[in-house]
Parts: sequence; C-alpha cells; structure tokens
Amino acid sequence: MSKIKTGEVRFFWQGWVWGAMLVLILAGIVVQPVLAQQPTPSDDEVNAIAKTMYCPVCENVPLDVCPTQACAQWRELIRQKLAEGWTEQQIKDYFVAQYGDRVLGEPPRRGLHWLVYVLPPLSFLIGVVIVINVIRSMRRPLSLNASSPLGADAPSAAEDPYLQQLEEELRRRERGE
Amino acid sequence: MVAEIGFGALIVAFVVSIYGIVAGIYGARRHAEPWLESGRRAMLLTWPLITLAVLCLVALLVGGHYEVQYVYNVTSSFMPLYLKVTALWGGQAGSLVFWSWLMAAFASAVTLRKWDRDREFLPWVIVVTLVTLAFFLGLVIFVENPFVRFWQMPDGRQAVAMFAPRGALPLVPMEGRGLNPLLRHPGMILHPPMLYLGFVSFVIPYAFGIAALVTGRTDDRWIRITRRWTLVAWLFLSLGLILGSRWAYDVLGWGGYWGWDPVEIAAFMPWLSGTAFLHSVMIQEKRGLFKRWNMILIILTYALVIFGTFLTRSGVLSSVHAFAQSAIGPLFFGFIAITFLGSLGLLLYRWNDLRSEGVMTSLLSREALFLLNNLLFMGVLVVCFWGVIYPLISEIITGQKVTVGPSYYERSTGPLFAALLLLMGIAPLSAWGHSTLKTLGRALWKPLVASVVIVVGLWVGGIRAWSALLAFWLVALVSLVTLYEYYRAVVARHRRTGENYLRALWNLAGRNRRRYGGYIIHLGVVLMALGIIGIELFQTETQGTVQPGGSLRLGNYTMLFQRLDVFDTQDGRNVARAVVSVFKGDRYVGELHPRRDFFYDSQQTMTIPGVRSTMEDDFYVLLVDWQSSAQGITFKVYHNPLVNWLWVGGLVFILGTLVAAWPDREAEPTRARATQSLAAQRVRP
Repeated sequence: MSKIKTGEVRFFWQGWVWGAMLVLILAGIVVQPVLAQQPTPSDDEVNAIAKTMYCPVCENVPLDVCPTQACAQWRELIRQKLAEGWTEQQIKDYFVAQYGDRVLGEPPRRGLHWLVYVLPPLSFLIGVVIVINVIRSMRRPLSLNASSPLGADAPSAAEDPYLQQLEEELRRRERGE
Repeated sequence: MVAEIGFGALIVAFVVSIYGIVAGIYGARRHAEPWLESGRRAMLLTWPLITLAVLCLVALLVGGHYEVQYVYNVTSSFMPLYLKVTALWGGQAGSLVFWSWLMAAFASAVTLRKWDRDREFLPWVIVVTLVTLAFFLGLVIFVENPFVRFWQMPDGRQAVAMFAPRGALPLVPMEGRGLNPLLRHPGMILHPPMLYLGFVSFVIPYAFGIAALVTGRTDDRWIRITRRWTLVAWLFLSLGLILGSRWAYDVLGWGGYWGWDPVEIAAFMPWLSGTAFLHSVMIQEKRGLFKRWNMILIILTYALVIFGTFLTRSGVLSSVHAFAQSAIGPLFFGFIAITFLGSLGLLLYRWNDLRSEGVMTSLLSREALFLLNNLLFMGVLVVCFWGVIYPLISEIITGQKVTVGPSYYERSTGPLFAALLLLMGIAPLSAWGHSTLKTLGRALWKPLVASVVIVVGLWVGGIRAWSALLAFWLVALVSLVTLYEYYRAVVARHRRTGENYLRALWNLAGRNRRRYGGYIIHLGVVLMALGIIGIELFQTETQGTVQPGGSLRLGNYTMLFQRLDVFDTQDGRNVARAVVSVFKGDRYVGELHPRRDFFYDSQQTMTIPGVRSTMEDDFYVLLVDWQSSAQGITFKVYHNPLVNWLWVGGLVFILGTLVAAWPDREAEPTRARATQSLAAQRVRP
C-alpha cells in the first residue's frame, strides 16, 4: 500500500515537473519570436569575406551586395569552402586563380601593382616640397613688389586717411544719414 | 518629321557655333567690332536652336515613337510621364544633347552681361564656350545621334539610320525596352541635371581664364567677374553629388551612400579641384598671390569636367577594348588632350606675366593655410584620379583588369580629409597677411578646450575607438570655432550699432555674404562629417533567412517578419513586398516594406529598402532573396547611426553656398557713390 502510495506521489510530482517544463517551453516559444535560422557558416561570416571581394563579371559591384544569381552562387561557394575549413586567404586565392585579380577589392601588393600604393603618397610628398619652396620664395619680398598695393606693407585703413574717410562715409550711408 | 526637325536644328546649331568661333577669332585679331557682335549673336542663337532639338526629342519620347532607336532604348508605355521626359538624359545620346543644351544656355547667359569694362575678354569667351559646345554637338550629330530610326531593308535585314536607306521601309517596334530600373526614381528628375549644370557652368570661369591668358590681362579681373559663376557651378555640382548620394542610399540597396565607384569619382574630381580653386582665388584677390596656380586649377577643373563626362560616356570603364571599339571614346580623349595641352601652352606663354604681386609674411597667415588646404585637396584628387585610371593602366600593360575598391580610397583619403577638417577649424581664425601662434592661440583656446571637454565626455560615455574620438573632436572643434566666430562678430556688432542680436546676425551675414556664407558651408560640412563618421565607423549589419513570424536581431533592434505579398502593378512591375515590424528594445517603432521590383520591359530587378529613419539612426532592411530558399526569406539589415546628419548637413551646405553666391545689389552702387563723392572731395583744393 505504502509502496503504491509512494509510487503515486512520485508519479504525481513527476507529472507536475514535466507539465511545468512543457508550459515553460511553450511559453518560451510564444513569448520569444523565432530567431533567424542561421546556416553554418552563417550569412554574416560569408558576407564578411564577400564584402572584400568583387563580382567577377559585373562592373564594380562588391560580392556581398551583388543581386545577380551568379553572385548568390559564388557566395554559396564561399560558405561551402568555409564549411570545409578553408581560411579567408585560401578562399580568395581560389577565386583569384579562377577569375583573376579583379575579384579582389584592391590590387595585390606585387610587381606593377605597387604603383597603386606608392604613387599617391609620393605625389603628396612632392606637393609638400613644392609648397615649402613656394612659401620660401614668397617670403623673400621682391623689391619690385614692395610697393604693391596688395603687398604686406600696403597701408591699412587705420593708416591711410583717405581709406578712413571712405570707411566713415560708407558707415554713414549705411546708417542712412 | 519631328526627328528631322530636331536633327536639322542640331546641324544648324553646330554650323552657327563654328561660325561664332570663326567670327570671334577674326573679330579679336582684326579688332572688328561687327564681327564680334556677330559672334556674340551666334552664341545667343545656339540656345533656341538646341532647345528646338530638345523639344523634338522630348515629343518623341513622350509620344512613344519607338521607331526612333533612342526612344525605343529608354522608354516604354509603362513608364509615367515624368520618367518619359527625364529619359532625355537617361541614355548616352540624349544626355549629350542635354549637356549641349545646358552649355548653350550658360553661354547665352554670359553674352547677356554688360561687357563695357571687359570688352577684350568677349571674343575669347565666345571662342572657348563655342568650341566646347561645337565638340559636343559634333559628337551628337556625327557619332551619337538620338534621332536615328529603325528601317526594314528590302532583303529583310534591319538597319538603323537617320534617313531611309534606298528601298527601306520604316520599322516601328510595338513596345520600348524601358529605362534602366535604377533610373526610375524621382531622383532622376534632379540628380543628373544638377551634375550637368555643375559641369557646364565650370566652363564659364575657364573661358574667362583662357580669355585673360590670351589677352594678357593678368590682373584678377577675370576672377572677380567669374566669382559668382564659380560659386554657382560649385553649388550645382555639390547638389548633384549630395542628391546622387541620397539616390544611392534609397535605391542601390547596399546600405551606403557612396561606394567609390568610378562614375561617382568622375563627378567628385572636378568638385575637388573646384573647391581648391574657390579658396585659392581668394588669395589672389586679397593678396595678389598664386596667379599661376589659379590658372592651373581652372584649367584642371575644365579638363576634369570633360574627363568626367568622358569616363561615363566612353565605355573606357568597362574595358579598354570597349573604349577602343567605341567611336566616342577616342574623340573625347583627343579633345581633352588638345584643350588641356593648349591651355597649358598658353599658360606657359604668359608664365612670366603671372608673377605674384605680394609676399607671404607668415606661415600661419590665412593665405598660407589656404595653400595647405589646396595641397590637401590636390592630394585627395591624386588618390581619386589614380584609383580610377590604374585599372585601365593595368589592363593595358598586363592585360589583366584589377579593382581599386573603397578600402584603397578610404585609407588614402581619410587622413587628408581629417587634416582638411582641422584646417577648417584653424583657418577662419587666422588673418590675411599676418598671424602668429600667439594671435591664433588667443582666438582658438576657448573652442579648443570646449572640444576637448566634449571628447572626454564621449570617452566617459563609452566610445573608445581612437579614430572615432579623433573624428568627433575635429567635428566639435570646427563647429565650435565657427559658432564662436559668429558669436564674437554678432556681439561686436551689437555693441557698436545697438542692434538686437538677431538683426545683428542678419546684417552681419548680409554685409559679408562670402565670409559668413562660407562659415555656414563649414557648418554644413561638419554636420555631413557627423553622418559620415556614424555610418563609416559605427555601421553594423546582419543577414538571415526567416519564416513568417521569425525575426532578426541587430543591436538594440529586432525585426519581425510578418508576411510577403507578391503582385503585379499597372506600370509593368512584379513586386515582392515584405511586411516587417520593427522593435527597438521592447518598444514597437513601426512597420517597414522592403521590396524587390522586377521590371518586365527591361527584365531587370531593383531592390528598394525599407528604412526607419530618425536623427539618431536608420534601421535599413533589404529583401535579399525570396525565391531560392525553402527555409524562408532572406533579409539583410543595416544599422546606420547618425546617417541623417549627412542629409541635414547637405541642406545647410547648400544654404551656405546660396548665401555666399547671392547677388549683392545694394552695396555696389553705395560703394561707387561713396567713392565718387570722396574722389570729388579729394580733387578739390
């Protein structure tokens, strides 16, 4: 009898526990919206690589946002390679071997392509040198220009009585006098 | 008949342009006033003639005359009226006609000004503008004629020609292919015309610059005449770029506003040299320095304007092989080479006459800082130019195309833009002629301290990235310096005149529109910088596939996918439209409708984002895929903090340019009268 009673109690409690768990799970499903089903690797992992690459056939369209079917397949290929354990660099090398350097977001740093990275800073440095030289040469006043009205020693309004009078006249007219 | 009238008008306009060039040169060489007047009238005549051609083309577009190849390529009966009209600049041939029309309008406007004081400029302004116009008209007539039609040959072949080949019958397609879906947007009304207006209006200061070189008038008169032209050109180009960014953000569906695409850069390059020119001419006006440099800048800007049109029209961007095969590409290339080398030759001829009249007295003077500003703008320009042409060089030398993408541009231009912002904070406080560390420090220390306090506040608030802190510091510094400059000037005027602060502000800006308009432009730039910092440094994104009832989370936002509606529209689209609810934290903040439009006529799709937009951030949802996955629908979601400050800044920027360019009608006569009166007093014993 007592055995039966004990068994009944255990069954009773087990039922409550299972019931409560079921309610909690159901409540979780109802309260919690269904989150996106993320394949493995996720879209974000694929896009992180695709963002730095370009559609091999379109004009200047990054691979992560290219809307064509071909690009969708290439993104799937990236996912597949990631799933196989390839690194980002291996995937990029694979695409370069298949479609050429144009799939990369920047030219690779080798050979002629170094020009891309060297020329702009070099020209800026040349520009700096030119500016320094220009400033140096202009800081040596030419005797011909010393008396120029636009030169540094042109009289200011405070010094020239004519300019002072002109300014005063303008002020008076502005005030409507 | 309409096509014949339009084509005839273009031919007459071309002949009139050539005549105007000849009359201008002959009149100038022989000092023959009637020839000059005749050349001027020829220039005036071009605009009504090209207007007639434009009206004919618009009539064909609106009337659905698909026998005309251009009409067939860019319109369809599904398109609304406004798109049929704007299809005028939706294709290559039409946009060249439109370019010519705007060029003729600006050329005519120049002839309407009073020429009494600057008669010697007139013939060469006529020659330069008409040479440019004749080049574009020549392209339209001989290479890219928008009026050519389809013909059915007696042997069954189809032909495209302006006039009927022998024995051919007109061929009229039932329906057009329609405009590229990307162009079917209200932005199409304004963005291309603004860019083109910016392009053609820069031709006017260039024409005056060349006139000054030819005539040997090396004073700054040409700069003073073209000051407003330059500002107007700059205004239109800026508007075109801002509208283009907004269009890209709304339509192109990559969550950004600027992709460093060669076509974007093509429009950005003349803006860069034009901005350098706008600053540099002030040095010549105030201090008589850098006459040669200003000439170089305006020649460069003109070359970049034509180069920009060339880049987008020649096919050179798709491949050098496409360039070689296109008839238009080599012609553009030749024109740029001739005008650029010719202009430089002229500049070298006058090199010695263009010596600076003044001297530079301080490294911290405003002219020195403006020179630095020019160096930085040129640095950005070199990065852009090199990035655009390097893929072509690579293809020519190695036979292999490469891509020069945003990472190259952002890394290279980022420090230069930061330095430009810093200069914007310092230069307004320096004086023309002479500034020392002491005077500059005295003016700068208060805004500097306040900006540092703001950055410390941001650091305490949790921002740790040094790039973001540096960027915010620059934005704070420039804003505070500009506002402080306004404050000091308003208070000084209030004390001197007794005006209330608002009136003092109004009168202050009215008295020196260029300076205070410039400050408003600087404020616009920092607001835009705020938006750019937000999206460039703090943008986040995620992508996922969900079933109805499923959700995607990004930061504090949750997007709940409700349903997808797929339907046909009356204007020839198949629309897949998702309905999603957006929650910020637990709070429901609205419903968005990202969609994919498939255009039956052109067989192309377009992705339109659903955007929840506030001044704090944008929540930007794209429908990526709704067909291929059995697991549901794929969305891409972006969180773009602060991005709307970019557009607000754009509006402030345009307002500032309008203030700076606004004609000053009252001041000139007042000043002239005052000068006359004083001069009269002076000659009195």
